[in-house]
Amino acid sequence: MKILVPVKRVIDYNVKPRVKADGTGVDLANVKMSMNPFDEIAVEEAIRLKEKGVATEVIAVSIGVAKAQETLRTSLAMGADRAILIQTDDEVEPLGVAKLLAKVQEEEGAGLIILGKQAIDDDSNQTGQMLAALLNLPQGTFASKVEVEGDSVSVTREVDGGLETVKLSTPAIVTTDLRLNEPRYASLPNIMKAKSKPLAQKTPADYGVDIGARLETLKVVEPPKRTAGVKVADVDELVAKLKAMGVAA
Amino acid sequence: MKTLVWVEHDGGAVKDATLSAVTAAAKLGEVHLLVAGEGVSAVAEEAAKIAGVGKVHVADDAAFGHALPENVAPLIVELMGHHDAFVAPATSNGKNIAPRVAALLDVMQISDILSVESEDTFTRPIYAGNAIATVKSKDAKKVITVRGTAFDKASRDGGSATVEAVSSTGDKGMSSFVGAEIAKLERPELTSAKIIVSGGRALKDGPTFEEVIFPLADKLGAAVGASRAAVDAGYVPNDYQVGQTGKIVAPEVYVAVGISGAIQHLAGMKDSKTIIAINKDEDAPIFQVADIGLVGDLFKVVPELTGKL
Repeated sequence: MKILVPVKRVIDYNVKPRVKADGTGVDLANVKMSMNPFDEIAVEEAIRLKEKGVATEVIAVSIGVAKAQETLRTSLAMGADRAILIQTDDEVEPLGVAKLLAKVQEEEGAGLIILGKQAIDDDSNQTGQMLAALLNLPQGTFASKVEVEGDSVSVTREVDGGLETVKLSTPAIVTTDLRLNEPRYASLPNIMKAKSKPLAQKTPADYGVDIGARLETLKVVEPPKRTAGVKVADVDELVAKLKAMGVAA
Repeated sequence: MKTLVWVEHDGGAVKDATLSAVTAAAKLGEVHLLVAGEGVSAVAEEAAKIAGVGKVHVADDAAFGHALPENVAPLIVELMGHHDAFVAPATSNGKNIAPRVAALLDVMQISDILSVESEDTFTRPIYAGNAIATVKSKDAKKVITVRGTAFDKASRDGGSATVEAVSSTGDKGMSSFVGAEIAKLERPELTSAKIIVSGGRALKDGPTFEEVIFPLADKLGAAVGASRAAVDAGYVPNDYQVGQTGKIVAPEVYVAVGISGAIQHLAGMKDSKTIIAINKDEDAPIFQVADIGLVGDLFKVVPELTGKL
């Protein structure tokens, strides 16, 4: 069984995003970029399934600028077998990404497609569910455990207030939540090896789907700033404040 | 504009998240509700009383029993034949179902909206709330999820909507529900808690974390959270984590104990109404966002605070 893992190049999660002064977006010039953390978990899960003998091949795919190659090389260094870059300088919305991925899946016929539940830039949390809809496949979102059993997969999902397990026929779509696994660091020999693994270069035009933007971003602003409040001198003063707020009796 | 709102329920009662979604939907026009599930007539009766609701569609079928998106999305798509917008609360069900509906309708969803600016323009947080985008949808139909903390709750009474049964679109046979482990929490759940007490790396280790944080949380009737540093250090499990890659919370009161205030953490809690910080380092960044700060040794201050509450 093949596993397809879509990955996205995003701002590193340790970097504080700065809104551009002209309100058109977030300034990404000279900012450290990394693989979306949830996608790293997806790559790790796919590699573990390969190590268990469940998967035969792990294919990483990214849609984005030329530099998204670096993100793909990271997944190759972690253990993916080959990669596909669908290169575009345009921002592609989740619906467009899902349409492209659906085409890739038509070519690859993967048994599982594992995606991060959301990207930490646009925070949409849509691509996996949309891909499942377009391919008419079942979806196991926000996964904290994935077990492949013959031609079905059990996915334990993080839901409000607890966990839920669903059984899906394969092929299936899985989106990862934080507790699924802890991604490995690529070792130096594997980073070197990744450089010679195959990376196919494509463009959206190769797939012939409409990825035109449906949403227009009118402006991007900073959220209302919090200002530092008061410091209290001791616990008694804090208790008094809490009582005044009605938090404590 | 006619909107269809997904009713979040537990089989017996309408959940609060629905009420915020109704408020958001009412800004778009006429509000209809969809109650999907198995044996949900009581839920539908309850939903019909929500203020401002025109009609309640009820889809009562075993196929909808666990809100499996494979079964529920086609039902919604059918109802969207005579609605202009689908609105769901950004709950785990809403987030699971709405994008599937959007793709089937060939619509780009607007996730997690904070406000309705007009029929086609909304604000939503991006970069974990570090920026707020105003977006305009060019799609004919809208698919929207609503951040509960950003909208007031519609009143649970005052409405008298008609209740109408809709025929089932059936079980698509792709997925089945196996089981659920809904934690019987001794404390409120993080994302819906009114008060949260969170601990950071300064808590030293797991037992110390429990000893210091839990009694204060219990005194306040609060949920317990943690910084990524505390989770990484193994003091508490991963699902306690508040932050960009953990849970995004916005309680009435957030008490940060021994948390320095890394960007990652602030992104997850800075929309809290009141932030209280206890830290021994008076230059800790957490104090720049805290409404009330107390500089001191948490091992002395927190037990004293717990004792005096």
